[in-house]
Amino acid sequence: MQTTVETGPSPTGVGQPTPVVQMTGISIGFPGVKALDGVDLRLLPGEIHAVMGENGAGKSTLIKALTGVYSIDAGTITVDGTPHSFSGPFASQAAGISTVYQEVNLCTNLTVAENMMLGREPHRLGRIDTRRMNQRAREVLDRLGLDIDARSQLDEHPIAIQQLVAIARAVDIDARVLILDEPTSSLDADEVSRLFDVMRTLRADGVAILFVSHFLDQVFEISDRMTVLRNGRLVAEHLTADMTQLSLVQEMIGRELEVLDRIDRTPADPAAPEPAPLMTVLGLGRKGSLEATDLTLHDGEVVGVAGLLGSGRTELARLLYGADSADTGEVEVRSRRVRLKGPRAAIEHGIAFSSEDRRAEGIIGELSIADNMILAMQASRGWMRPVPQRTKDALVAKYIEALDIRPADPQAMMRNLSGGNQQKVLLARWLITEPELLILDEPTRGIDIGAKAQIQQLVAELARDGMSVVFISAELEEVLRLSDRVVVMRDRRKIAERDNVDLDVADVLQIIAGEASSPGPADAAGAVPHQEASRA
Amino acid sequence: MSAVTVGSTSWVDRVKGYSPPQRFVPVIATFVLFVSMFGVGSIRYEGFASPQVLVNLLVDNAFLIVLAVGMTFVILTGGIDLSVGSVVALSTMIAAATLRAGWPPVLSMVTVLAVGTLLGLLMGLVIHYFQIQPFIATLAGMFLARGLCYLISVESIPIRDDLFGSLSSATITLPGDVYLTYTAVIALVVVGVAAWVLHMTRFGRTVYAVGGSEASALLMGLRVARVKVGVYAISGFCSALAGLLFSLYMLSGYSLHAVGMELDAIAAVVIGGTLLTGGRGLVVGSLLGVLVLGAIQTFISFDGTLSSWWTKISIGVLLLVFVVMQRFFSRRQS
Repeated sequence: MQTTVETGPSPTGVGQPTPVVQMTGISIGFPGVKALDGVDLRLLPGEIHAVMGENGAGKSTLIKALTGVYSIDAGTITVDGTPHSFSGPFASQAAGISTVYQEVNLCTNLTVAENMMLGREPHRLGRIDTRRMNQRAREVLDRLGLDIDARSQLDEHPIAIQQLVAIARAVDIDARVLILDEPTSSLDADEVSRLFDVMRTLRADGVAILFVSHFLDQVFEISDRMTVLRNGRLVAEHLTADMTQLSLVQEMIGRELEVLDRIDRTPADPAAPEPAPLMTVLGLGRKGSLEATDLTLHDGEVVGVAGLLGSGRTELARLLYGADSADTGEVEVRSRRVRLKGPRAAIEHGIAFSSEDRRAEGIIGELSIADNMILAMQASRGWMRPVPQRTKDALVAKYIEALDIRPADPQAMMRNLSGGNQQKVLLARWLITEPELLILDEPTRGIDIGAKAQIQQLVAELARDGMSVVFISAELEEVLRLSDRVVVMRDRRKIAERDNVDLDVADVLQIIAGEASSPGPADAAGAVPHQEASRA
Repeated sequence: MSAVTVGSTSWVDRVKGYSPPQRFVPVIATFVLFVSMFGVGSIRYEGFASPQVLVNLLVDNAFLIVLAVGMTFVILTGGIDLSVGSVVALSTMIAAATLRAGWPPVLSMVTVLAVGTLLGLLMGLVIHYFQIQPFIATLAGMFLARGLCYLISVESIPIRDDLFGSLSSATITLPGDVYLTYTAVIALVVVGVAAWVLHMTRFGRTVYAVGGSEASALLMGLRVARVKVGVYAISGFCSALAGLLFSLYMLSGYSLHAVGMELDAIAAVVIGGTLLTGGRGLVVGSLLGVLVLGAIQTFISFDGTLSSWWTKISIGVLLLVFVVMQRFFSRRQS
């Protein structure tokens, strides 16, 4: 059930219509962070406008200024020529601006129709007209080509569907301006193309769409115009047709892109004698999460773990770290048999683990950068022996500089940092403990190319200095670029282990697909969703 | 893509594969529990299975039903209201004291309802605008209301007003010689109105939305502040109304009335299947919860050999079972 779509030329050529939204000189500051500094943005009707920038460039802040979540310190926002100062999301919605946020912001305990209509549901005789509400919801869903039961409860559906419902809600608010903040991050290729169809339909109806995405290919496919931000400042506004991916990325990170693809790995000398392994696991497994797995880790070696989502990548990492207790298997560290009863034991044996879910398991938003960094070190020393302030300051300053953490203020609050910078602080937290083995689970997910390149560079340097690194990522290119050896997981077990010599993405995909009856093309695409970004 | 095709089966399949929607399961469980308690009771004790015993559950617990309804609103938003028991006591005191002072009974009732609603409103404002934990804010309200009782009088004040007296003894005869009091009727009306508000009005749906995810509700542009303050005002109103029903039941005002009744109300709501984290639950469930609590008491009084403390013990066990069951359900869902 696909909606028909206008694929004609974008309406930008038709003179220069007046902008629906004009933001001028917008500035917003948080304690210790200047999130936006005099940024301009204009949205034209019937145009898809991409706001581009690295993590922390101010995209989300700009959106939240427009949707009334944050109040602005300076600048003006006009909608249809009338100046507005939004006191909250309600006011912004009333002005015809509706938003779909990156995380699905709906109530999963209500029905699909309620989630779409709540706040403006049809009334009859003073009560909600449920029948008409469901009917209207169904009409909107049909228009978007979505076959979802409007009366079903939202939590019966997977996240991707919930995301589409969120978009359906936004579309239904007769919006003149539609803001989509990373709407595609949880969608597969098919769902993305469906979303794009919907966006084109809306564009043809004269809606001004603001689109934010990390996926450069998507931005170039769908947008007509783009505004580039860097460090909270406006860099430029361009017509998409005038840009190339390379020129865009250079504007976004403000420097040449040589850092990428220039990570030199010195492959191990095959003639050299096999050094004593740092860690050996034999038959490590846990019922329901990982089948018995063998693995040997050496000093100064990066072992990449590849596999589809849910293939057991994260489970392997958690077992290695002792975050989950293993049912079977033996672990030896430096040829001594050990039992990893939990994270504390792991830390004592020089193992550090950076979780994939940095929001839930990593950062503590209410503490400063410095406090977040010192946490693991303090824990490993025990609470009775506090780290001297001077040592702390020195360490924190060193890592802020080494990892290029922005803002470079040790006292800045963690939750005000962008995703990439939070990830760097987490890395610093573990590096301070000087581990011998560092397990990184998706350290570069959801962060921009610039920060990604820095983190990759850092991993390579750490390995060169003798640290053993387990690097888990959904991006095969990244795994291949960094790893000396690649472990491939599927269906909760290790299916292959290869030295990374002349291995390419196609080979690994082959291995993953190997024994499987037929992994759908969508799955394979899902495994390597960010290739385009890193290739740029 | 098959993932997009969800829940569009023909009605034949739907009837065949019918299982009650997840959100009704806890209420159905409570209902089954209630029915089976009655079944066991009627087998074991003579006269247990009479309609009057059933109706007496409503009559004897009318105030608790009203209290539980108010509490349901609050708990659905993820909050809690510890002040309700004290507000009941304060209401009986205000009613008794104003009547003794010669106020017309209607004015006295209006005053009670106004004071209760105002107290609830104030707690709601404090909770929302100063971002105080509902537990603490209503704990303060609980002490405040209890203290105000003593300020009015330390002694118990009897109610001798004619209107109160006739209201308390008046009954409606149902077919089969079953007597129902007006208090029970009021309680049932309150349940009905509450269910209507929760399911048919924007306010009610916003209550569920706030309980599901307050941040989302805010971003959806819903009037979160109004609802969060409103539920405490509603709970305050319900407490005052329950206080009036209680003073009709006891025909006195006393500072030590309704001690710990807030916990009975919370227990009834939880046994009725409302999640303490908010967002899930039905008022009908809370009604059933109160009836289950009442049935336990009836059970024990029919038995005659059991000490009344067995009521507390059974409530404790039931509460634990239901909370664990809820956890089980919500985990299975995620």
